[in-house]
Amino acid sequence: MNNPTEAHAAGPLSPGQRIAMHYFVAAMVLFAAQILFGMISGMQYLMPDLFFNQLDFNVTRMIHLNAMIVWLLFGFMGSVYWLVEDEAETALVGAKLAIINFWILTAAVTVVVLVYLFVQIGPGELKSIWLINEGREYIEAPRWADIGIVVCVLVFFYNIAATFMKGKWSGISGVLVLDLVALAGIYLAGMYFTANISIDQHWWWWVIHLWVEATWEVLVGCIMAWGLIKTLGANRKVVTTWLYIEVAMMFGSGILGLGHHYFWIGTPEYWLSIGGFFSALEPIPLVAMVVHAVYDSGRHGFKSTNHPALAWLIAHAFGNFFGAGVWGFMHTLPQINLYTHGTQWTASHGHLAFFGAYATINIAMIYIALQRVRGNVWMSDGLADNGWKWKWSLGLLNGGVLGMTMALLIAGYDQSFIERAVEGSTWSGYFQAQQSVWFLQAMYWRMIFGCMMTLGIILLFWDMLTIGRTETRVIKKLAPAPA
Amino acid sequence: MNETPWWSSESMWRKSAIWVTAFMAVVLIGLTFDTVRQITAGGERVPAYSIINQKIFYEYDDSRGYQVPRFGGTQTLFGAALDEADAEALVTLGKLTVQAKNCMNCHTLLGNGAYYAPDLTKAWLDPGWVHEDVREQLMVAFLMDPEANARTFGTGRRMPNLDITEEEARGVIAFLKWMSSIDTNGFPRGFTPIDQEDGA
Repeated sequence: MNNPTEAHAAGPLSPGQRIAMHYFVAAMVLFAAQILFGMISGMQYLMPDLFFNQLDFNVTRMIHLNAMIVWLLFGFMGSVYWLVEDEAETALVGAKLAIINFWILTAAVTVVVLVYLFVQIGPGELKSIWLINEGREYIEAPRWADIGIVVCVLVFFYNIAATFMKGKWSGISGVLVLDLVALAGIYLAGMYFTANISIDQHWWWWVIHLWVEATWEVLVGCIMAWGLIKTLGANRKVVTTWLYIEVAMMFGSGILGLGHHYFWIGTPEYWLSIGGFFSALEPIPLVAMVVHAVYDSGRHGFKSTNHPALAWLIAHAFGNFFGAGVWGFMHTLPQINLYTHGTQWTASHGHLAFFGAYATINIAMIYIALQRVRGNVWMSDGLADNGWKWKWSLGLLNGGVLGMTMALLIAGYDQSFIERAVEGSTWSGYFQAQQSVWFLQAMYWRMIFGCMMTLGIILLFWDMLTIGRTETRVIKKLAPAPA
Repeated sequence: MNETPWWSSESMWRKSAIWVTAFMAVVLIGLTFDTVRQITAGGERVPAYSIINQKIFYEYDDSRGYQVPRFGGTQTLFGAALDEADAEALVTLGKLTVQAKNCMNCHTLLGNGAYYAPDLTKAWLDPGWVHEDVREQLMVAFLMDPEANARTFGTGRRMPNLDITEEEARGVIAFLKWMSSIDTNGFPRGFTPIDQEDGA
């Protein structure tokens, strides 16, 4: 089917690939929304009266975050739809169901965003939580949408699992399907109301942490494994073994690493030791991923079928390691976290980690898909115009996010020092830190690098719309995988 | 190529992945039972909602190396002592309001949320409320009309008007007072509470 060694004139997309393209387009629209609302939120730090009482920070920031969560999920679902038929070596079981599912999910997301924008808040009643906004960071979607999301994810899961059952199983698909069960199941932990904020945040972290620092990581591990086989022709046995190693280390450290969110929310003191220890181990599988990706690429002499995709896969390996691994480790021990928790340190870590670990791999998968959409064309070295668009967008997006990360880190230092260490964590201490020159300079720099990212995304979209269109050569033939 | 050594064999790592994941999940579930027991309202670390009838203050604990919440003396909210059910109802109204008004996308609660506005973990005890005698009054007025009673500390960053009713404002204050009683293992570090000379 989508075998990279096959010749040109690939014919129409398969059902799974067509559905994947729907998800990818929606994901890119939401990516643009994420950047737009991120820019507005960033500006509100510098101009607090911007859209005051119309589109306040709590709304712009919520859309910034939710657009991100949803576009990453759409990107993952698209990626899985893209690879499922190739991996199972059979056609998708429920193509019609999948397309209906996509439109229901997209319509629901649209309604949720419109309500965020135009209703924004409600009275202090359960009704508001069911219909408007749950008011819990990352999972603000109202309860009706939560239920809808679970149903849609179950339909997605059925489609994927049934396709593998009809076709054939592999190491990658086995891990993928088990991981999707966990991913869907964990979401349920975030779906109830309690007055007790400690209990609330305890379960809320089950969703946020066990998604972002466990099940999502394993999911992108599967996508990475498949991506390396496709772009480099990496040896399946080696890749699968690496995937198992990553799963063992990821869940081995990440499940109890949950404890680093249980330092200060009322949870018992033993979490200081457990959370500190296991979360300090969390970077290890990310190092493994870098080694694995770079080693495989080097072993194949960086000869790939798809240069942009491979570049973004490598950006993923490094972004995941630095953003999630290094930036997470920097403030994961409780002795440091006591001063950094709830400051811009977290924002710094969040920006680099989400982009580095997840945005990158979705972009890589979209490039793999685009190559097929344009007719399995050549996407290796010597592209038209020297491939300046993909190279510059890669540089601008990664450079932009790295610059923002550094700026926010400096703002975080300022807060930890002035607000926490010197001023005793009072509100007046908080505002002193916010007015310090270091903090304000950091906020300016953050905006400058935000502009850089905006340029990067414009260029990225331009490249995605044009790459391969005028290409006449067919996809590079890979040499057989070295043993 | 030679045979794959045991330490890099696919089946060894597949089994390891399954066993490690299963073991960690079982440990987490075990710890979860104990944690939830300890953080249930009225448990060891999270007081019952009726704590809002009492004075809350902080004391340095030598053995733990940081400040811990202590309770003592009657200090009712809005002049009425509430039984456990009424206290829970009021805190619940406050928590619902905090969620429905999306407070967490500007503020942090227990350090989690957004960083555009100050942390609310110890809002009840913040020295910004001048004195305990006027605190409740100032808080209600601020929550109901944050524009007219803006507290920007010179930053120009104002809280928007969120249509909070007086009843909701009281609920939010009860919720904040109750939240300040939670044992947070010393977070935020070295917090300086509002004047509490008649504490202990």
